[in-house]
This record gives sequence, structure tokens and C-alpha cells, in this order.
Amino acid sequence: MSGPLLIRGGRVIDPSQSIDAVQDVLVKDGVIAEVGKGIDPPKRAREIDAGGLVVTPGLIDVHVHLREPGGEHKETIATGARAAVAGGFTAVCAMPNTDPVVDDPAGVGFVLAQGLAAGAARVYPMGAISVGQEGKQLAAIGEMYEAGAVGITDDGNPVMDSGLMRKALEYAQAFDIPVADHPEDLGLSGAGVMNEGLVATKLGLHGKPNAAEDVHIVRDLLLAELTEGHIHLQHVSTAYGVEAIRQAKARGVRVTAEASPHHLILTDERVEGFDTDAKMNPPLRSLEDREAVREGLSDRTLDVFATDHAPHHYDEKEQAFADAPNGIIGLETALGLGLTYVVGEGLIDLPTLIHRMSIGPAQAFGLPGGTLAVGSPGDVTIIDPERAWTVDRDSFLSKSRNTPFHGWELKGRAVYTIVGGVAVWEAGA
Amino acid sequence: MNEPGTPLGKDLVGLESLSAEQILTILNTAEPFKEISERRIKKVPVLRGNTIVNLFFEASTRTRVSFEFAEKRLSADTVNIASSGSSVVKGENLVDTARNLEAMRIDMVVIRHGSSGAAKFLAERIPSNVINAGDGSHEHPTQALLDMLTIRDHFGKIEGLRVCLVGDILHSRVARSNIFGLLALGAEVAVCGPKTLLPLGIAELGVTVFSRIEEAIQWADVLNVLRLQLERMEAGFLPSLREYNQVWGVSRAKIEQAPKDLLVLHPGPMNRGVEIDSDVADGPHAMILQQVTNGVAVRMAVLYLLSGGAPDTAEAAKGGAEV
Repeated sequence: MSGPLLIRGGRVIDPSQSIDAVQDVLVKDGVIAEVGKGIDPPKRAREIDAGGLVVTPGLIDVHVHLREPGGEHKETIATGARAAVAGGFTAVCAMPNTDPVVDDPAGVGFVLAQGLAAGAARVYPMGAISVGQEGKQLAAIGEMYEAGAVGITDDGNPVMDSGLMRKALEYAQAFDIPVADHPEDLGLSGAGVMNEGLVATKLGLHGKPNAAEDVHIVRDLLLAELTEGHIHLQHVSTAYGVEAIRQAKARGVRVTAEASPHHLILTDERVEGFDTDAKMNPPLRSLEDREAVREGLSDRTLDVFATDHAPHHYDEKEQAFADAPNGIIGLETALGLGLTYVVGEGLIDLPTLIHRMSIGPAQAFGLPGGTLAVGSPGDVTIIDPERAWTVDRDSFLSKSRNTPFHGWELKGRAVYTIVGGVAVWEAGA
Repeated sequence: MNEPGTPLGKDLVGLESLSAEQILTILNTAEPFKEISERRIKKVPVLRGNTIVNLFFEASTRTRVSFEFAEKRLSADTVNIASSGSSVVKGENLVDTARNLEAMRIDMVVIRHGSSGAAKFLAERIPSNVINAGDGSHEHPTQALLDMLTIRDHFGKIEGLRVCLVGDILHSRVARSNIFGLLALGAEVAVCGPKTLLPLGIAELGVTVFSRIEEAIQWADVLNVLRLQLERMEAGFLPSLREYNQVWGVSRAKIEQAPKDLLVLHPGPMNRGVEIDSDVADGPHAMILQQVTNGVAVRMAVLYLLSGGAPDTAEAAKGGAEV
């Protein structure tokens, strides 16, 4: 256990307590000890001058693929956890679509152990909904929960059997963990590799219609309503989907949902030229959809800003478009993109973005943290909102380079990432 | 990909990125090359010393042979690599195959590949000239060029003509290249087929959509009848080939209802009795063999222009002068 840490004179934004004021934050014994003005430094305390900086609860990304076990050439839990802190995240939820799939307590324990060994961001394992993510039989949900899983998902191979989805939503309630779904009807997606529409038609690429996502969003909402279970809808990308979630929330359905940076910023026009770094699932959609996702993040229909960090080795992406795998990395660009485009373009204010990256995800997944309340985990992110920087994928701590944002000029980034009272990452000058 | 000094740039990946002027340059350059194939000695030294690789990741007879004739009649040295019998089937990826060929110091690659964008992908990664001989459902530019040359031979123009593409537009690279090229040259373009085989947003490209062939026949000067891949039925796009033939197949009885001179094209290979009946394919409206003949001339023109040949010296070049 390291000594106390006093963060002085920053603009403290803690949406969980509606704090937005210049204050000091003291972290001691790994937890938040005090937030207020003019805190006296304890003996041997490290002090960080946060004048001009923004001090927030440690940011949380509930949707990352760390690829270990089985895909260590793309990312490991250690490199992913370090990429997370470089991007300002103090905690991440690791998707279970690894090889083997995390569908038993041993797998959960492995992810936890590797996360602890990394000594960077906290790594919270997600377990599979079904054995092998095959969509047939429920995985060992209770045992995985006991081992430390914070939720279940078959992300990567979404549950097609609505009866199984219903059972998962019912069964998981005993442990009060969310069932997270990548909503996609694979039959409707067919051979699609991008958004269906004019761009796909021009490029001769098969399209996935919005309806492929919408059908399963509506299914999941109906099942959550039926079972009173908690559905968490991942990376919502369609206008209709956002509206369906909005209406379900108004009816009191237990639903939380994500928006991803790329769906807030890009559209399917980015695919022109066949850039495989613009290939992800769900795909980049139309301008109308993008505006709806922005509106959804703003009014809290979408509670969480999450990256869907999906590393792939460069030679896997260096293929013809249809042959390349889905996904882009996001941990090291999400905050800068959010500050530059989501806040910078006036869609939402800074405290709202911080909400969607701290207490929003913490509440959705029942995680500790996401708050600077006294006694909470000593996880703090310090942001320089004025720091201009250029996205350089060759400087990423992630093992992978698959980003469509390489070379983008951004404003604002994390300069200190503090986990359990220890500054595990500092940006330097 | 544009190289200054050559009329087309480095590569021919598709017609979408070409101007009307560039497309006309190719068609006009093809005219003098037509005559070479009519000679007893069908060879001119235009590409002497050039090495061209025909890299076919998908089976093809017609297009590959047409390119090979074009290359040989221009005196290029050619190598054919087909997906069977090459390292392609051993799991080597497109990049590695291309880089290995490049390392053997080649000048041009003619590529056919099952994935949309594959030709552009290759063109961006190797310095050789790349010619797209069909990439997925994206483009097949030389096919559209030979279609347009055939149409122009018959009508003396392209502008103002009404051309309807019939059949599986969704999966067709021939359709896309024709749409881009014909629209650039001022033709009116329509598509006709079952809605399961029409891509969403097709009308936004500026084409008219007919759901029934009878309407298309009333409208069109040219029907370009696309090959129906027989596996589409198994994939659930169609109930049966028999039904397809009855509703969208081009038959003598249907085209006799045309109010004017109607030209029928087909890129081949034909499924007789499916998308086109024999009485049309072998009848006076069909220009199918003319298309094949024009294919060699168009490909010679493309090879010539990409190799740095000037459009206005094509006539001299075919006489035997060095370029």
C-alpha cells in the first residue's frame, strides 16, 4: 500500500454527488478519504497540482475485448489494462468471447488473476451466457458470479434463441447481474459486412439492415419486461433502437445501454475506399442514426459511453474488406474523441460525458467506483481538457493498431490515471 | 492512384472514379485495336518486354482468355495464376501473393477476386499497374467497357440511350460498372429484377427501377441480361429457376412486344432457359458474340493506355511502331 495522495485545486466533477467545483481530493489507504477545499496534506503524502485540470472518478469502460486467452497476438490482459489507463480508464469489463470462451469459474478466475498481475486498470470479467457461447445451454452463471463475473454476455456470437435469452434474464436475477446483449438477428444480417444502404450498394458490399439490430433490441426489451430482468444493450447504433429503449425506460423496463465513440462520430461513408479500420459490428450507420445515438447519450437513454475495444493484428485487418474481421480499438482514443467531438460540438456538457463514463457504467454493472464518495475505491482520472494531441497508433500501448482515427487532432486527454490511490499512468508534459 | 502523364492513372479499378472523357478515351482507343484481331498475324509489339500476371482467385474462362489474347496480341509476356494449383489455396493471403509477384519484377497484374475492393487493395500496395477483372460484387470495368463499345457500335452513340440491366443486380459487378459508366456517358439507366436481388438504395444512384421485365422492354433501347448464379436459389433469393424464367427471363415472345429496335447483351456465360431463352440468344437482337470480340479490343486499349501509351498514337502503335 502506497502513501496518501492529495490532488490539489482541480475542477472536481463527480456526477454521482452532483459535484462540479474546484476542490481537493485526498486518497488514502486505497480509498477516497476526503473531498473538499483546503485539505491539509497528511505526512508523506504525494501531492499533484491539478490547477487547470479536471478531476473525475476513475473512468470505466464496460465493453472491451482483451483477447486473452487465445488471441494474445492481438492483445493481452496486461497490454489491454495498460492501454486502458493510458486512455484514462481505471476499470474495464472484459468480454468472454476468448478462446476458450470464459464460461466457467476457472476462466473468470484466470481473467481476474491476469488483471491483478497487470497492475494497471481493474479488470472485471464478464462470463458467457451460454456454454461455449453456442446459444444452447446456460453457462455456469452462478459459479461465475461467485468467482467474480460482473455480468454475462454472448457478445461476438449473439443469442439467437429467444427462449434461451428469456431463461438467462430470469436466472441472472438471483445474482443481480446484467445480461448484456449484442443485439443482432444473424439471419437478417446475412452476408452483410457493413451498413445496408447507398454506400454498400456502390461498393458492392453486402449490407446489414438496421432491422437486424432493431429486431433484437425490441426482443430483448420485451423479454426484460416479461422477466423483470436487467438487460444491457451493447453498442446501440440505430435511430429506431434508441427510441425503443427510450420508450422502454419510460415504461420502467430494467434496461441500460451503450453508445460507442465511433457510432457517435462516424457514418458509413467512412467505409468508402474499403478501409477495414471502418469495419465493425454493428456497422457505422447513416447520419440520421448517428444523430439519434447522440441524442440518446444526451438524454440518458444510453447510460454508458463504452468503446467496444476490439483489437486485431494488422495482418488480419490487411485483407479485402469482406474478409477482414470486425472491430476497432478504442481505449486510448475514447476520452479524447468524447471531449473533442461529443462535448466539443456541444452535444452534451462535460459533467454529462463524465457521468456516462463513471457512475453510469458503475451503476449499469453494479461495480464499485464511478464515484468520489468517501470510502469508495481510490480510482481517480485527472484530465487536461486543453491538451491538444494527435492520435498516433504507433504510440499506443495496446498491441493492436486498428483505429480509423489515426492522425486525428484531438483536444483533451487523461494526464493522470489513479487506481487504488496509485498513479499507474502519467502523461508527462 | 493517379499517375501524371497517363490518361487513366496507374490502375483501372473501376469506372466509378473515371470521368466521361477517360471512358471515351478507352472506347476510342479500342477502335484501332479491333482491326488487329482481324489480321492473319495478330500481333503488334506495343507491350514487348512487359510481363503481365493474370491473377485469378475465382474461376473464369471468358475474361481470362480475353485478357490473355489482348496481352499476347500486344506482345506482352504473360503468366496465368489460377486459384487452384497455386499457393493461393495453401492459405497464402492476397498481400503475400502480390508481393511475391512484385519481387519477380512484373509490370502489370490483372486480378479477379471474390471480395469487393480486392483490386483497389492490391493497387494501393504494389507499384505495378493493376487491372480489375472483377472484384466481388463491386466492379468489372472492362466488361462494362466492352458492353458500351458494343452499344456504341450499333447505335453510333451512348448518350440519351436507355439501357436496362436485368437480373441479379445485388451480386453483380457487371451491373455496377455498367451503371457508373453509362451514367457518366449520359445514358439513361434502369434495373429490373426481383426485389430480393436489387440492393437497397439502388435508385439513389440515379437509375430507374422496374419490377417486371415487360415494363423494361417497353422502355429500353438495350437490355443487358445478367447471368443468374444458380446458387441464388439455394440461398433463398428465388423460389425456383423455372419461375425466374417465366417472370424475368428474356424470351422472344416478350421482346417482340418492344416498341422499337431492341439490343440484347449478355456478359456470359449464359444459362439458356433461365435468364435468357435460346431463341433470343441466337436471334437477331443478341450482340453476345460481338461483345466477346469487342472484349479483346477494349482490353488491348486498357493495357496500352495503362502502359503509358498515348491515345492519339494508338493507330500508329498497332502498325508496329514502338511506344
